Amino acid sequence: MSTRLSCGGRLIDRRAPRDFSFNGKKMRGFLGDTLASALLANDQMLVGRSFKYHRPRGIVAAGPEEPNALVGLGVGSRFEPNQRVTTTELFQGLTATSQNHWPSLEYDVGVVNNYAARFLPGGFYYKTFIHPRFAWKHVFEPIIRRSAGLGKAPIDRDADRYEQAYDFADVLVIGGGVAGLQAALVAGRSGARVLVLEQTAHWGGRAPVDEAEIGGLTADEWIRNAVEALEGMQNVTLRLRTMGAGVYDHGYVLAEERIADHTPADGRPRKRLWRIRAAKVIAAQGAIERPLSFAGNDVPGVMLAGSVRDFVVNHAVAPGDRTVVVTNNDDAYRTAILLVEAGLSVPVVLDARAAADGELPRRARAMGIRVETGRGIASVKGGKRVTGVAVCAQAGQGAVLETIACDSVAMSGGWSPIVHLWSHCGGKLIWDEVNAHFRPDPDRPPTGQDGQGIVVTAGSASGALTTDAVLRDATNAAGGTDAPEAAVPQEAPVAAIWVMPQGAGPELRAKMWLDYQNDVKVSDVQLAAREGYTSVEHTKRYTTLGMATDQGKLSNINGLAVLSQALSIDIPQVGTTTFRPPYTPVTLGALAGEARDDIFQPLRRTPMHEWHEAHDVEWEPVGLWRRPYCYRRPGETSHQAVMREVSNTRTNVGLLDASTLGKIIVKGPDAGKFLDMLYTGMMSTLPVGKCRYGLMCNEQGFLSDDGVVARIDEETWLCHTTSGGADRIHAWMEDWLQCEWWDWQVFTANVTEQYAQVAVVGPNARKLLEKLGGMDVSKETLPFMQWQDGTLGGFRARVYRISFSGELSYEIAVPANEGRAFWDACVAVGAELGAMPYGTECLHVMRAEKGFIMIGDETDGTVIPQDLNLGWAISKKKADYLGKRGQERAFLASPDRWKLVGLETLDGSVLEDGAYAPAEGLNANGQRNTQGRVTSTYFSPTLGRGIAMGLVLRGPDRMGEVVEFTKLDGSLAKAKIVDQVFYDKEGAKQDV
Amino acid sequence: MLFEGFAKVADAGPVGMVTLRAKPGAALDAALGTVPGHRQIAGNVAWMSPDEYLIFVPYADVAAKITELDTALAGAHHLAVDVSDSRAVFDITGPKAADVLSKLMPVDFRTLREGEIRRSRAGQVAAAVWRHEGGYRLFCFRSVARYVFGLLSHSAQPGSEI
Repeated sequence: MSTRLSCGGRLIDRRAPRDFSFNGKKMRGFLGDTLASALLANDQMLVGRSFKYHRPRGIVAAGPEEPNALVGLGVGSRFEPNQRVTTTELFQGLTATSQNHWPSLEYDVGVVNNYAARFLPGGFYYKTFIHPRFAWKHVFEPIIRRSAGLGKAPIDRDADRYEQAYDFADVLVIGGGVAGLQAALVAGRSGARVLVLEQTAHWGGRAPVDEAEIGGLTADEWIRNAVEALEGMQNVTLRLRTMGAGVYDHGYVLAEERIADHTPADGRPRKRLWRIRAAKVIAAQGAIERPLSFAGNDVPGVMLAGSVRDFVVNHAVAPGDRTVVVTNNDDAYRTAILLVEAGLSVPVVLDARAAADGELPRRARAMGIRVETGRGIASVKGGKRVTGVAVCAQAGQGAVLETIACDSVAMSGGWSPIVHLWSHCGGKLIWDEVNAHFRPDPDRPPTGQDGQGIVVTAGSASGALTTDAVLRDATNAAGGTDAPEAAVPQEAPVAAIWVMPQGAGPELRAKMWLDYQNDVKVSDVQLAAREGYTSVEHTKRYTTLGMATDQGKLSNINGLAVLSQALSIDIPQVGTTTFRPPYTPVTLGALAGEARDDIFQPLRRTPMHEWHEAHDVEWEPVGLWRRPYCYRRPGETSHQAVMREVSNTRTNVGLLDASTLGKIIVKGPDAGKFLDMLYTGMMSTLPVGKCRYGLMCNEQGFLSDDGVVARIDEETWLCHTTSGGADRIHAWMEDWLQCEWWDWQVFTANVTEQYAQVAVVGPNARKLLEKLGGMDVSKETLPFMQWQDGTLGGFRARVYRISFSGELSYEIAVPANEGRAFWDACVAVGAELGAMPYGTECLHVMRAEKGFIMIGDETDGTVIPQDLNLGWAISKKKADYLGKRGQERAFLASPDRWKLVGLETLDGSVLEDGAYAPAEGLNANGQRNTQGRVTSTYFSPTLGRGIAMGLVLRGPDRMGEVVEFTKLDGSLAKAKIVDQVFYDKEGAKQDV
Repeated sequence: MLFEGFAKVADAGPVGMVTLRAKPGAALDAALGTVPGHRQIAGNVAWMSPDEYLIFVPYADVAAKITELDTALAGAHHLAVDVSDSRAVFDITGPKAADVLSKLMPVDFRTLREGEIRRSRAGQVAAAVWRHEGGYRLFCFRSVARYVFGLLSHSAQPGSEI
């Protein structure tokens, strides 16, 4: 059984007990425990079920590489699935539940899959579910969806808050083991700005566990000194609990800081995503131990040998009383020695190599530990926990020589450098025959904009596996020369053992787990190879090897080695799968950062926004703006409100917040010439004080934006754009001025937000302005399509006489700071004139009644002004304007274009928005031909019937013709083609 | 708008601002006195782009300033325009003010010196920032003032010191 030892544990504080629960069972650990060590201290070996076969699974590792021990952590609004117990710090009141089981962890129904395992080989889904097609949707998918997945998604809103932060460094060291600390010391002493990230809560990594001696000090002493020295350097920043997640182009690095994972609800943000720019990244993430592939290597109690040491030294937890060590290298002997020194029993060390004569094996033998060379494990005994191992010759086929009782197995298949950060941005790997691992190729680093490497590795991440080599490598990585000495035992080389025993038959191979999390076995990879999956990337997808939350940290090298053997090619030829960020999973909340709730998105608000909010506004998003759609009065539907607003504006007076309208100042000696190029019409000849409607097209000739231009003075024009178009059109202007016509003397300024703009619209509009008083707004002084500066009700105002409704209309711009007060004044003096505010839908109805187009309704990027009968706004005199030549292309100049017309339903109903007019026959794709579509359609309260505009094939030539339009219910609506102007065609009402 | 967390976030109230667009040269030197270099603030003039400057004046003095600039630059191609109302200005003060901003802006506040300005972004919107009276001053467009205030107060919440 796993248990807490009576003494030791360098990271735990026995005076600080911590109560927690696992599947409702009360347990106790200590401050400094991980959830993994605390579970093991409570003899909780079984912690989950595997994904596919629901096999019992225990803790196999002690770090972020853990594939099995994933739990649901927390409850309610702080629940999070798939949390690795090995990286979860224990805290008082922690609640964890195991995953992937039903009805309980101990008795799981899904385990039946286990017995059906031979029917669920690699590629099973692909083979089984491809036919019959209907079965996928109705049979297989529902079943798979129920059984698939790891943890459950949270249901409640996340109670925590998250944030992001930026940092900058000359040297970013990722990994705070002795390699990272040494590299940081060297870089820090050179004066560089250094940032050091360590994913755990402790500095020093594995060195203390492995009893390294550095410069005559114990590892713990050396680490303490190093951290103290670094803390004393102004130019060095140290961050614990911060995981370097990914390296991107130009030395951009993402890292996730766990601020309050271990202190939930303490008022701090839970996590912080760091976005770091580093001139140089030193990746010192260390190495990960590989499992060995023997039958039953997934039974709870089988652990990585190095992880067993971690638990014993760091947390004083022993995974078992009797531990069999199985290895292909010398390092695992450290585990055997440590366990015996801790008073535990190691019945045997099974060493797959023919000989074991290194310093550590010799020391083990001298302690009386039985060492068997050339031996391996034929199979592990036990179901929910290890009860023993059957020993065989590594060279044979698995004939059992002996059965040895034990309650845990410590395995070591050698160590693989963590090459993720090196590889994210294109660093290449080489296969190291001696150490049987892939390591970074220093000659082929990921490169920056200057072709130089942006990442170097340090220590075990480079493939250095002994403390002295680690320190030398780390010193070099940081550009230093003076590495501290470390006393290390001489170690014999690892043997490349990929299957144990070497000649294992199908029975055993089908019980050798490569990928614990996804239930991929040696037999699955071999099957994939036989079926022609020679690429490691394809094999990964076919078998699911190396997928999901652990991304194959334990399984990848073993899997591709098995693949290489099956294909009879060398491992370097097989290569690795692609290493992609993040290194370990990053919480979505951290990626979202502050962007949720009120600050999810930057809402743009006009100066009158609060007034609208206070007056039962219904909002319409227009770009990032919120504009009033309508203002509902008690008992009104939105439609009724819109109808009321239209009628009131046409009979009394309406007020529209038009502040969102784009306003761009264009000034300079060449401004007239510039605007003549930008607009289809002539703007250079516009007299000062007057306004002109203009259209802008892109180079292809398609209509892009429209608005009224006002001539301010000899050199200055003010261009109104659509609400959504202000920034785009300003950028468009600057693009032409900076890149094409750089020698033209024109300056622009986007002053959209400098002004609040109010449209006062309707027969009483002038009366309202006169009540405000301050300037003459009579027809004689301020005629239609002119503007004037003055004061209205004491406000500095620029008054434009322009109309988008067909009514007598003024648009008044005042400084934005005074916008709300001006609006209030209009509302106040307008009360007795029947003034009501109106929203965008009323605006739409009124402009449609007048036959005015709307960018985005009548246009969609394929429409030219000529299609919209806007030829009058295109200057025939100008030599050129943007889009002119585009519009001369044959298909745009063709008479067979869809052109704008008015549409009147025969029964007065409202056509459906976007409805098509079907035509005879089918097109090349077998679809019904069409001859037009509806672009704007409304019920007009003014006319008491539905009105619409649409683009219809040769529409203006077909006046009076009845065309049918589709309806969602499948029937057709008959509509007569009419003039697009439904209301006051002569324009008498707006010009009074 | 005021939020007091581990740093103080306060609306700076109306600030007079004039955008001046003009090419560098003798006329501009004469009009501005000192023309700030790339990403610099010189006196009350901030560099915005190779031919754009932002001039800070008391809110009431904007019209006079524009007249003064138009006079000084008469005959030289330029554009001087009031942008005071189109901006929102916030002061972020306190010993850890930089912590608040470094959560929102990809700016290296440790190397941002007095007299420098950064045109960058805060969260998802454009913003400019510089050292100002023991803290930092930031401006953004007025339409997103509430959003930016939300960002700043979220980032200044007690307990989230970096």
